[in-house]
Parts: sequence; C-alpha cells; structure tokens
Amino acid sequence: MQEYKNISLQGLWHNNPALVQLLGLCPLLAVTATITNAMGLGLATMLVLIGSNLTVSLVRNWVPKEIRIPVFVMVIAAFVTVIQLIMNAYFYGLYQALGIFIPLIVTNCAIIGRAEAYASKNPWRQSAFDGLMMGVGFTLVLMTLGGLREIIGNGTLFDGAELLLGEWATALRIELFTVDYPLLLAILPPGAFIGMGFIIALKNAIDHYREQHASKPEKQVTRARVTAQS
Amino acid sequence: MTFRIAPAPHTKPARSTGQVMRLVCYALIPGALAHYVIFGPGIIIQLLLATITAVATEFLFTQARRRTSHNTLADYSAVVTAVLLALSIPSLAPWWIIVIGTVFSIGIVKHLYGGIGQNIFNPAMAGYVVLLVSFPLQMTSWPLPAELSNFSVSFYDATQLIFSGYTADGYNVQQLKAGVDGISMATPLDTLKTGLSQQLTTPEITNNPIFSGIAGVGWQLLNAAFLLGGLALIATRVISWHIPVGLMLGLAVPALIGSAIAPDQSIGLFMHLFGGATMLGAFFIATDPVSAATSNRGRLYFGLLIGFLVYVIRTWGGYPDGVAFAVLLANMCVPIIDKYSQPTVYGHKGSSS
Repeated sequence: MQEYKNISLQGLWHNNPALVQLLGLCPLLAVTATITNAMGLGLATMLVLIGSNLTVSLVRNWVPKEIRIPVFVMVIAAFVTVIQLIMNAYFYGLYQALGIFIPLIVTNCAIIGRAEAYASKNPWRQSAFDGLMMGVGFTLVLMTLGGLREIIGNGTLFDGAELLLGEWATALRIELFTVDYPLLLAILPPGAFIGMGFIIALKNAIDHYREQHASKPEKQVTRARVTAQS
Repeated sequence: MTFRIAPAPHTKPARSTGQVMRLVCYALIPGALAHYVIFGPGIIIQLLLATITAVATEFLFTQARRRTSHNTLADYSAVVTAVLLALSIPSLAPWWIIVIGTVFSIGIVKHLYGGIGQNIFNPAMAGYVVLLVSFPLQMTSWPLPAELSNFSVSFYDATQLIFSGYTADGYNVQQLKAGVDGISMATPLDTLKTGLSQQLTTPEITNNPIFSGIAGVGWQLLNAAFLLGGLALIATRVISWHIPVGLMLGLAVPALIGSAIAPDQSIGLFMHLFGGATMLGAFFIATDPVSAATSNRGRLYFGLLIGFLVYVIRTWGGYPDGVAFAVLLANMCVPIIDKYSQPTVYGHKGSSS
C-alpha cells in the first residue's frame, strides 16, 4: 500500500509531469484556453498514459534494449489512434476544438518519459497505477491553467462543457463577470506561458514553505573523541 | 582632524540612480508638452494615473518581497517607466488600460525578475506590448492632431472620456477621430500601411491631409520634441550616443535602400525617422541602462538591431509601428551581444574598443 501511496504522491505533486518534469508543455500551452479543452486533452493523455504504461510494462521483458524506443513509440501511437477515433466518433465538437493536438499526444514527452523511466522497469500493476496518477496530475495542472485563463480572458468557467460531457453540462457554465474587452493576452499563447510560470512559482513557494515549517528531526550529535582514553 | 580611509573603490559615480532617472524625466518634458499641444489634455491624466499606479505597485511589490520600499521609490525608476508608458499609449484610452499596463510593467516585468537592475526586458515596452496584444482597438485609437480635429477636447472632456468612455456631449473616442470631412483617420504610419496594402502608391496616400510636412501632422513635432530632449540627455552624458545613432542608422539605411528600389511602395526615410515612436524609442526606451547592452560597441550593435527590426516590422509586419516589439526582441539578444562585444582588457593582445 505504501508503494501505491508513494506513486500517487510522485504523480500528483513531487514529480508532477507538468510542474516538475516540465514535460508535455506543447499541448499544455496550446489548448488550455478553456477548462473544457484542458479537461478533454488531459483525459485523453491520461488514457494513453495508462494504456501505454500497462503495455510497455507487460512486454518489457521481450523487448531488446536496443530498439525499445521505437517499440514504445509504436505502442503509444496505437493508443493515440484509438483515442483519436473514439473522440472523433463520440465527442466531435471537442475533437474539432483540440484539432492537431490529439494526434500530437504521440510526441508528448511525459508519456514516453514514463514508459522509459518507470514502466519499462516495473511490474504492470504499479505501471498502470503510475500512468493513472501521472495522468491525473497532468490533467489537474491543465485544468488549473485552463480555468485561470478562461476566468481572466472570458470571465466564464466550463464554457462549452457540453462538447465533452453531453447536453446536461450546459448547466455547468458559470458566468463570473462580463467584460466588454477581454484581456486577450490570457487567451493567447503568451498568457499560457505566463500563467504556467505563476503556477510553477506557487508550487515552489508551497514546497519552500513546507520545508521551512516541517518539524526538523532531532539532530544527532556525534562527538569525536579528541583526547586519548586514559 | 582625522583622516578617514574608506575602502575601495575611491571614485564616486557622477550621479546616483535617482539623479539619472530625474534627468530622464526632465528630458521628457518637451515631448510631453508637444503631446499636450497635439493630442490634447488627456496626457496629463494618463501621466498622473500611470505615476500613481507605478508608485503604488512598486511599494506593494517591494513590501511583498520584504525589501525596503524607501530606496526603490526614491530612485524614480518606477516613475520613468510610468511616464514612458503613458507617453506611448493613445492619450484618450480608458483609465484601466494604463493601470493594467503599469501594474504589469512594474509588478511582473520588473519585480518578478528581481527588481531594478535585474529585469531582462524593458518594463515600459513589455507593458505596452501586453496592452497592444490584449486591447488592439483601444491601443490604436489615437486621437486626431488638434489642427485636423473637428472637436477640441477640453480637460473636462478628456477626464470624462478616460473614466467613462464618453464626453459630456456623448461622443466616444471613435467619433472624435472623425476628421473634417467625417472620415475617420488613423495615425500617419497606420494610414500609409493600410494604403500600401490596398495597392495604392505612396504619393497617392500622402495626399491625405494627415500628411503635411515631412512625417505627418503632429507626429513630426512630437518626434522633434523627443529628439530635443534626447540630445539634452546626450549632452549631459546621461546616455551615450551609441544606441540612438545605431538605431537611426539601422532604420535609415534599409529605408534609403527601400525607397531607392521602390519609391512608390515604401515608407519614406523621414516618415521612418520622424513618424511613429522612433525618437522616443531611440533616445528614451532603447537606452534603458538595465536591459540594453553594456559595452559601447555592444550598444551600437544593439541600436542597429533595433533599427533594422523596426524597419522590418513597419514594412512587412502586421502592426503599423514596431518599436516596442523591436526593443523586446533586441533585449533577448543582449546576452549574446554582450558576449561577442566584450572589450579587451588593457594590456591583452587584440583590439580594444
């Protein structure tokens, strides 16, 4: 149980793919203009991560070391194709909104990073769980950034959520305030970079605060004997 | 009598940061006056708003960073940033434009990078670019120069416009922009750029009443005023000549070549030098001692790069003027310029400059 708890902590906080490893920044910055897009891409990435981690872990003993990267990429590409076709069939509006960034999940370094760093060395249960936790961590960061940018840029939350969640989700749309002239910067790519910088800074500040206020273990004083024992 | 022996260095800088920044403020007075004469009293409100916001932001951020607010407020650097930003934006823009821009300039571009002396980007121009990208309509709505305008905007009208968007008579900025014949007019550079994109030739476009003189009504006077203030800065040795000269060379040489090759499809030399924000940029913005190159040779390259980028953006870019973008792009190149223009230490082989 301790192992799974550790994996969760690593994925959600200490080794978060977006905040600490800074992997997969391309989709992170490109599609987080609204929280719905962010959630859609986050979920898609998470499913691919679970699938690829599981598969890579299962075949890890039969893949020669020399050609492991092409094999990983093909596994990932297969899962991305599956997700892409599913989204095309069931979430067409979101599929169009995310556009090229769904097939580009293949090149998301977070996925191949986990396949290489974790799944190719660990049993399948832990690998699949690692994929889930890394995916959840990535999705949460995407949603935070998407939410921030949507609030600052549009004054809304969950705009267009029905594209992902079905008709009932139109009720989720929250209009926080209306602006005549939205702060376009927040919606444009530079806003994503600046927002991401702030989120990383916040995470570091929290870590710093906790480190300073953590109860320090009692210092073990070991004295070296300098005088000869009589 | 006792001799106090202070530790090295024994030479004293000629001026403190505060004195330099105050001199820059004084040198901006001719430009601000010209601005007032040409575009009306809105500039006073913008200057006040910008300065108050800048000082407040500076105070809050130094407090949050647990620094002493007194020193940073007393060096006037925030005031200079605020004044430059206020002079860069249209004088009748709504109040929140200048407030957002100043908070971004001081808070994010300056203090998040470590305060004065640490910022890699010019704060005023970064704030300007944020505003231009975020609010393109307000940031390009320059009022008409007074001599062309149907309306004379009083101080009361300007206050009303900035804080509510309408004058007491119910006109908004767009209506005030309408010229004598009721046709809305843009800035000279903007008009020229739009005309050129519609396949008009430069002589055809410059028949427009906004182009009298060498670089358009109002703007030539504004640039001349900034040139005057800038020359005063060089004369008092607050700035060196390298950046302004480099910038103007970098702009003038391509402009001359361009107008020699295609005189009907290019922006003329005087239009380049005395239109838009060229002089303000050359003497006051690019010469920011923090974000510019450090050696004299480097400063020359830095200026040349900005001038060339301004030409490129004005000729082929999407925006009518490009000083702000050019300065930010050149700021990014400063480390590499500094690396390759490092002067040789005296006594070492090689050329020293």
